[in-house]
Amino acid sequence: MKRVQDFTVIETQWLNSTSYLLVLGSQSNIEEIRPGNFAEIKVPDAADVFLRRPISVYDVDHQNNTISFYIKAIGKGTIKLGALDNGSKVDIVYPLGNSFNSIESGNALIIGGGSGIAPFTLLAEELKEKNSKVTYLFGARTSEDIVLQDEFAKHGNVLVTTEDGSLGEKGLVTQHSVFNNITDFDIIYTCGPDPMMKAVSKIAESNDIVCEASLENMMACGFGACLCCVTPTVRGNECVCTEGPVFNSKDLKW
Amino acid sequence: MVNLNVDIAGLKLKNPVTTASGTFGFGEEFEDFIDLNKLGGIFVKGLTLHNREGNDYPRMAETPSGMLNAVGLQNKGIDYFLNTIYPRIKKWDTEIFPNINGSVVEDYVAVAEKLVGVEGINGLELNISCPNVKEGGMAFGVSCPSAIAVTKAVRDVYDKPIIVKLSPNVTDITEIAKGVEGAGADSVSLVNTLLGMAIDAATKKPVLSTITGGLSGPAIKPVALRMVWQVYNAVKIPIVGMGGIMNGTDAIEFMLAGSTAIQVGTANFIDPQISIKIIDEIEAYCINNGITDVNELIGGLIT
Repeated sequence: MKRVQDFTVIETQWLNSTSYLLVLGSQSNIEEIRPGNFAEIKVPDAADVFLRRPISVYDVDHQNNTISFYIKAIGKGTIKLGALDNGSKVDIVYPLGNSFNSIESGNALIIGGGSGIAPFTLLAEELKEKNSKVTYLFGARTSEDIVLQDEFAKHGNVLVTTEDGSLGEKGLVTQHSVFNNITDFDIIYTCGPDPMMKAVSKIAESNDIVCEASLENMMACGFGACLCCVTPTVRGNECVCTEGPVFNSKDLKW
Repeated sequence: MVNLNVDIAGLKLKNPVTTASGTFGFGEEFEDFIDLNKLGGIFVKGLTLHNREGNDYPRMAETPSGMLNAVGLQNKGIDYFLNTIYPRIKKWDTEIFPNINGSVVEDYVAVAEKLVGVEGINGLELNISCPNVKEGGMAFGVSCPSAIAVTKAVRDVYDKPIIVKLSPNVTDITEIAKGVEGAGADSVSLVNTLLGMAIDAATKKPVLSTITGGLSGPAIKPVALRMVWQVYNAVKIPIVGMGGIMNGTDAIEFMLAGSTAIQVGTANFIDPQISIKIIDEIEAYCINNGITDVNELIGGLIT
């Protein structure tokens, strides 16, 4: 069930100059969270940040009542969230949105770019539990942007592309050699900038591979009240916050 | 014990706190967060005769102390509301007000006619102030003759309370308010959003797909309060006040300016429980100030 819950900042772990893991802890139990779910985080004591910030859940620990978020500090809200002291009070509205459909005993390719790696630890964990094989492909501008590889490696093989060639293969995600044998995969999951997801889904569709894309549209409420975050689909304009953020790429009219 | 009941054109609300159209979906979106039975009323998402897809994304821009929206009345049409949504939400012990829209007078009339005799719907909000549709919408609300014409036409077919939602994007809102009062409106709600825009200097492009949109949130509260006060002094029908209400104190200010009831809008996006908190805060204010009947606040501004 969706709720508003009070948390305190346990730690802010900077991964590079622009991204961090925000770990929040609560006195009470954490709701069940599915891979792909997100939360709307209120930036405390920030008069110039009017709305909450929608952020995918990176990890959850039900034993210790903590929830963590992978966040890129790219705007005034995400910069302020990253500057909070440990012990600061933060309230979040969660769990929001739908989730990825994880497959059983299959071969899954997970493709992430930019902040679009956030939902993939939970997804990979679930895929592994269901005896599916996980391969990640992460794309970035330079090696400095590639973070949390060790964490992801716990659940699958990590492949990397960088635009400057400083790590992994040089080029864009869609130029990686894994695409030479793309039909080995039963499903592709992707999250990141729209142009990347569009390119990935085009390749998936032309090879008859199911592709699930997690969108990152701007939102106000996050739970279907404001109708601001819509994306055009075969069914008409749909809210990314309630009908998504995960869509079958064939349903998207982008 | 404080009496929180208020009366809008003979329709008793259990308290003055309602939720604004376009900010509260059909109520269901908030079911996990609050007890909807506690609300004075719910003004549901704007309805039109036929399905509308609304405007293209992006439809929203965060602005200082507020936000712009350009949703453009996305909804599945009045029949879908009556056949599919309303049967699910009518169980709540609160007043459900459909907010009706059209691009021509005949559309408004056709939607209102479908609401005649619907059990449990005891009034409607006639929206002549949506700034985000190309035809109709705000066009009706910014000219006195057209505001009067659409109000009269709906009055002719609908016998329960009509609350006309007014636009702040006018030179003199009291002229429009007096016009719709004369045309048979039972109440006016104000203000809808203020027409505004946002520009991204980095790309030199407008943030919204529609270039302009409707500004809401605390940024507009002083303007809204002023207009409620002006209208209160110009008409005899009750006012439903709104515009940037974020807490109980804001709500009380709107009542002091002349509102009989209030609508909580954009605040619902930030705190989905805020409407219930506002009810509690109004009650606490009354107790702390020795007020036994919330109606004493209406127009109670000391000048």
